[in-house]
Amino acid sequence: MAGELLLLRNAQPARLADVPLLSIPLFRTAILDAVWNEWRVSTLFGREADGHVELVVVMANDGAGQLGIARTRLAGDEFLSLTPECPQLHLFEREIAEQYGIRMTGHPWMKRVRFQQPLRLGASVFEGAPVAGVTDFFRVEGEEVHEVAVGPVHAGVIEPGHFRFQCHGERVFHLEIALGYQHRGLERALIGGPQKKTPYYLETVAGDTTIGHMLAYCHAVEGLSGARVPARAQALRGIALELERLANHTGDLGALSGDVAFLPTASYCGRIRGDYLNLSAELCGSRFGRGLLRPGGVLFNLTDDRIATLIERLDNATRDAVESIALLWSTPTVTERFENTGVIEPELAEEIGMVGVAARACGRAIDVRHDFPTGVYRFANVPVMTAHYGDVNSRASVRWLELERSADFVREQLQALPATPVRATVPPLAADTLVASLTEGWRGEICHVAITGSDGTLSRYKITDPSFHNWFGLALALRDGEISDFPLCNKSFNLSYCGHDL
Amino acid sequence: MIVLQLIVVIALAPLMLGVINRTKAIIAGRRGQPLLQLYYDVAKLLRRGSVLSKSTTLVFLAGPAIALTAALLASLMLPLIGSSAPIAFTGDFILFVYVFALSRFFTTSAALDTGSAFEGMGAAREVTFACLAEPALLLGLLALARLAHSLTLSSLLTVSGPTWRTASAALVLIVASWVIVLLAENSRVPFDDPNTHLELTMIHEVMVLDHGGPAFGLVLYAGAVKLFVFGALVAAVVLPHPANTAAHAALNLAAVLVIGVFIGIVESAMGRLRLVRIPQLLITATLIAAFAVVLVLK
Repeated sequence: MAGELLLLRNAQPARLADVPLLSIPLFRTAILDAVWNEWRVSTLFGREADGHVELVVVMANDGAGQLGIARTRLAGDEFLSLTPECPQLHLFEREIAEQYGIRMTGHPWMKRVRFQQPLRLGASVFEGAPVAGVTDFFRVEGEEVHEVAVGPVHAGVIEPGHFRFQCHGERVFHLEIALGYQHRGLERALIGGPQKKTPYYLETVAGDTTIGHMLAYCHAVEGLSGARVPARAQALRGIALELERLANHTGDLGALSGDVAFLPTASYCGRIRGDYLNLSAELCGSRFGRGLLRPGGVLFNLTDDRIATLIERLDNATRDAVESIALLWSTPTVTERFENTGVIEPELAEEIGMVGVAARACGRAIDVRHDFPTGVYRFANVPVMTAHYGDVNSRASVRWLELERSADFVREQLQALPATPVRATVPPLAADTLVASLTEGWRGEICHVAITGSDGTLSRYKITDPSFHNWFGLALALRDGEISDFPLCNKSFNLSYCGHDL
Repeated sequence: MIVLQLIVVIALAPLMLGVINRTKAIIAGRRGQPLLQLYYDVAKLLRRGSVLSKSTTLVFLAGPAIALTAALLASLMLPLIGSSAPIAFTGDFILFVYVFALSRFFTTSAALDTGSAFEGMGAAREVTFACLAEPALLLGLLALARLAHSLTLSSLLTVSGPTWRTASAALVLIVASWVIVLLAENSRVPFDDPNTHLELTMIHEVMVLDHGGPAFGLVLYAGAVKLFVFGALVAAVVLPHPANTAAHAALNLAAVLVIGVFIGIVESAMGRLRLVRIPQLLITATLIAAFAVVLVLK
């Protein structure tokens, strides 16, 4: 099984020459075989090498904690699409078509992903210039069918995205989501790095996942350079990551409550989210953790006299959070609204490759902190929290359970911070090397793949936000649902627009 | 009399919303917006200009104007200040119910006039739910008419004082049914969420998304007056009716504000219903009112 793949641990570097270069048929078989054997695709992306386009796949085996990597070189501009056999690849293949002008023969849904300029200049399989939101949307025809278009400008202060519903009365037949409004050209900007500005790009891949993306980047750079991160820095990174999770999960539960017009939890959680953000600010001066993580360690040390106050504030915030969120589960009108809304069956979640909170809500016990532990998570186990019905209620309760585990984790880490320095020097990056680095951001699995050229700079840096896996899940959750449930479903996934658009 | 009652309604109607919002804020542990916020909002909107879509016609502006006129007309049919209303005649309770239907017809027409998918969706929802709320209101009035042996709204609504002893069961049922109608007709939780910004979940608000400036000010004011009228309607059934005009008026107005507090508590204690569940609750309201009719007819 998976014999053709190079097996690696999380953030373990491999010389590019050691990554098997498979023939196209063998590459296809390797992916399909692995997917049949419970592997899933973490990322599939293109890169340019010696004037050819190369496809690189990173597969993940959650049970064994192994990453499997392979690549293939395309002779022409065509690739026989794997999507019909392996639906979780559908967006990755569209992305490759858009970025490298590869025609994916047999792909059932070939549309632009981000409306971006191709990374390989002059290559395009689409007609016309890319304009965000301008594409041929799927339409249901019929006398009583009507179309509702929402966005990209929304009533709330959220990110831009365009949603098209094909409805029959209140019932949704189909939802199509068009993103790309936030495309900033990050992947192109990272080529040639790491430079002085690189960390700032990484911290803003998705503004609410600063620590998550930055941690993946740090592990990638440390893997490539062989830097050894001191224990205290690793613990502080874990604390920062869990504080980010605490703040966002609390905010999400409050927002879910607000969406069903249940005011108490909505009001309290808004405040408590601020309390958690302020704990991050206590660590590094930024509520979103900007400037805390850098390759080699962390930039801010936590002095021992501040630990006691931090623990006290954490306990206060967590006590308040637990009390106010408990109101949700004891209010029948709220649970009635949450249950059976936006259901994703477990088989579907697996088939379309969902990750993170949304996948765990369908009973998929996958969590990078548990399955592919790096840094402090190699020593401190965070239990994987799952729920089983795949509805809004399950997604809310997974957040609720994780919130308590994360608070426990932060408390334990604060009580036993190792007394080491917090930063180590980072040697130059190894040349012609590849590393795949996974972290569990609060939304789910963040996958970064860094490839260096012969001069030791980044020749390709691939970022896969959990939202990239999960947006399609949201569209499917709405099938045959009610259009008035969309805001609630959307909030229960709470996916990133800019993390997807890059 | 007409002028006095009109002034009272115009002056006090927005206060009830202020009371509701303040109650909700206190329960949520917030300080909340000023009690008089709606007055400020309307004053601000009336001073503004507005942008009209080229696709709209006169109907678009007629909607808010007729909504406010209808709500004020309905308020004049209530015995708010004295024990008889400024406008009263035999059979006027039918007019009372259908004045609101008229206003709804024009509000939904104005919504459809924009041609927007959102507004069409809202109009469909509004009409569907109104169909189910209307019988509850009418059946309740029917039961009261039987108790009062009269067909004018003024006597219907002042009958409750002495009858609480003889027909309390029927009156309790009427109040229960009308509280549900009050929440549904005025787009309050659990039927609608007046605070939401999510167009797809709205019922009433989504119909007026395209109104701005003075037109939107009228919409807000009409909503406040309608809420006030329904509050006074429920209050009239619950309260005794002292002969002294001043005492009668004071009691009525105080009761309306207490109902505001009650709505605030309801909105803080529960979430919204799923849209498909709304008809079930409205049919329940109709059935409760029907039982009231059965009780008074027996």
